[in-house]
Amino acid sequence: MPSRAASAGAGAAARAGEPESWSLGGRDWRSRLIVGTGGFRSLEQMERALEATGAEIVTVALRRVDPAAHGSVVDVIDRLGLFALPNTAGCYTARDAVRTARLAREAFETDWVKLEVIGDDRTLLPDAPELLEAAETLVDEGFKVLPYTNDDPVLARRLEEAGCAAVMPLGSPIGSGAGIRNPYNVRIIVESASVPVILDAGIGTASDAALAMELGCDGVLLASAVSRAADPALMARAMRQSVEAGYAARRAGRIPRRLHAQASTPDEGLPEL
Amino acid sequence: MLTLNGERVELADAATVVDAVAATGASATGRGVAVAVGGEVVPRAEWSERRLADGESVEVVHAVQGG
Repeated sequence: MPSRAASAGAGAAARAGEPESWSLGGRDWRSRLIVGTGGFRSLEQMERALEATGAEIVTVALRRVDPAAHGSVVDVIDRLGLFALPNTAGCYTARDAVRTARLAREAFETDWVKLEVIGDDRTLLPDAPELLEAAETLVDEGFKVLPYTNDDPVLARRLEEAGCAAVMPLGSPIGSGAGIRNPYNVRIIVESASVPVILDAGIGTASDAALAMELGCDGVLLASAVSRAADPALMARAMRQSVEAGYAARRAGRIPRRLHAQASTPDEGLPEL
Repeated sequence: MLTLNGERVELADAATVVDAVAATGASATGRGVAVAVGGEVVPRAEWSERRLADGESVEVVHAVQGG
């Protein structure tokens, strides 16, 4: 939790309509929503939705050049002035993920990487030993590593100790839209981490994103929830608002949950009728 | 013969990475393009000098939409 003075300052900034900035990878950002570019039905639709999210960081993937493809995701990202965060999606081993990250560094002239090392294609859950090995190698090579990880507090700690710039626990499997299945683990990860915690994967709708922020996450990374929504631009706006709302609600200090009622209207002065 | 993005192709003798990139249709100057030969990245600055030998495997990749 931020200090009381910091909270008051943040409150003033929020009242002025200016979201408080936060630091990730040694840079300051205003938006706490990171958006994947996958799953949109067209580049035009993607562009409208990305704009509506207010995101500053968007993820991209690397694949073999396809001469038949027309239009470029990079052109859209450049036009919108966004930061492209390459991922290692589709990698099943530390070796492949490291090689993909090196290619991404060359392609994008960035040492940032969203590290994904997947265990199987049915769950797309991270392969913990391979993930940790890849993270250690890439940190040694000077990468800013943002690992997509399980909602496992111990693994998150190991990744932080390996020098990752953030930890990004899943809410539920990629693309499942099942929300945050283990909010208690997410809280434990947040409580223990001294690097930013970004809830990555599983977000289905606005309330999931708000919950992630209320649980203490520093940001939310999502793709399918927007790109595969019936109206991506509208869902994009909803996600922007929910991340801001969840973050504000957390700082605002919620009331405790009670079993019984607690009247908000005073008993004193009640007339005898 | 060498393997370019999984396809067997014949490039001219003394072909370099630049030729391989051109053969895929990718822009040699385009941002978001990267090359690996035998799994190892070849930095853009070395594309014109890096000769491709028979049997080598070349991957030319670029940015696509992804989560």
